[in-house]
Amino acid sequence: MNSIDPIIWFFLFGLFAGAMKSELRLPSQIYDFVSMLLLLTIGLKGGIELANQPFATLLPQMALVVGMGFLLPLLVFPILKHVGKFNKADSASIAAHYGSVSVGTFAVAVAYMNTRNIEFEEHMALFVVLLEIPAILVGIVLAKGLSKDTQWSTVGHEVLLGKGVMFLLGGLFIGWLSGPSGVESISPLFFDLFKGILALFLLEMGLITASQLGSLKRYGLFLVIFGIVTPLIFSVIGTATGLALGLSIGGTAILATLFASASYIAVPAAMRISVPEANPTLSLTASLGITFPFNILLGIPLYHWLASSAQNILA
Amino acid sequence: MNNHKTKLLTVITEAALESRLINDIEQLGGLGYTITNARGKGSRGLRSGSWEANANIRIEVICGPELVNQLAEHLQRKYYDNYAMVTFTSDVEVLRPTKFSD
Repeated sequence: MNSIDPIIWFFLFGLFAGAMKSELRLPSQIYDFVSMLLLLTIGLKGGIELANQPFATLLPQMALVVGMGFLLPLLVFPILKHVGKFNKADSASIAAHYGSVSVGTFAVAVAYMNTRNIEFEEHMALFVVLLEIPAILVGIVLAKGLSKDTQWSTVGHEVLLGKGVMFLLGGLFIGWLSGPSGVESISPLFFDLFKGILALFLLEMGLITASQLGSLKRYGLFLVIFGIVTPLIFSVIGTATGLALGLSIGGTAILATLFASASYIAVPAAMRISVPEANPTLSLTASLGITFPFNILLGIPLYHWLASSAQNILA
Repeated sequence: MNNHKTKLLTVITEAALESRLINDIEQLGGLGYTITNARGKGSRGLRSGSWEANANIRIEVICGPELVNQLAEHLQRKYYDNYAMVTFTSDVEVLRPTKFSD
């Protein structure tokens, strides 16, 4: 049982406590603080890496990743609509959740690589920001068409100035401007405590996931299958993209994890405002109740295996 | 003591709507509001407030009867279909009526 990371036990502990209807809960201010620290840490790490290399060399990679961010939701929308028989708004909203990324899943993947001393490109944090946004725009257009009613300035404000993107970008800039030696003075809080903070975050995620499980019975088998098959397929696309970008095994596995992950912070908030007729329970049940636990328990090791097998075949 | 009768509008709804509702209240001429975090259960299920997507807020606006009706109708038209929202009005007495309506 040594191969299971203690942070995963925290998640399972939260899941168990939640399922048992225990009174356990993280005070919401603590949860806010913990998720803020995670976002800033991820941003800072990416920023430090950006300081080490000329930004222009990353532009082609960034362009491809953004392009994939637009493509992924378009792939699942017809399946949701025609096979899942969801209405247009629900299909668009779920597609947006799956096209976007989960920072929590990313953090677990980073911890997984660190524990095993697997190298990866630290600028992956930049890709988290880049992948967060396109799917939201695609989701809104899929639900509403290019109608004049959509208040794009409100959407832009919600997406860009929302908690997730703002903290990540802030961390990226501070890391970039300070460089590796500059950030040393704050590293005890952000880097040394990273896994402890992640453990607390996952405890709360376990509790939240348990609260979603109740709605699973109501929405049935299709959502369960969709929540597992989609990350599997998207991880293959992510692995291929990682190889095309010439990333390391660790980097490819993390990109595959990002593609496989589904949003539960930025996208739900944006969809609630921009596509209010979509049922938020559907998309959160799938992304939190199924895909998040699947990815952190089974997905990440699987995507790591996928990335290294693919690299071996090519080499 | 000189008490003046006026109205109180209370709205309990999803935290996601906060900035839009503030905007609506100000546009329609409300002079102020009070917002508190809230938790509870209703027709749209349990809103435990443990994280962003199921957090509720409670907005209170003290203003004259005309504005209260206008606000309540506006909220009903714009949000009742798609959002968890409860609105109710009550009679209140205030000491400084000029603070709450022009």
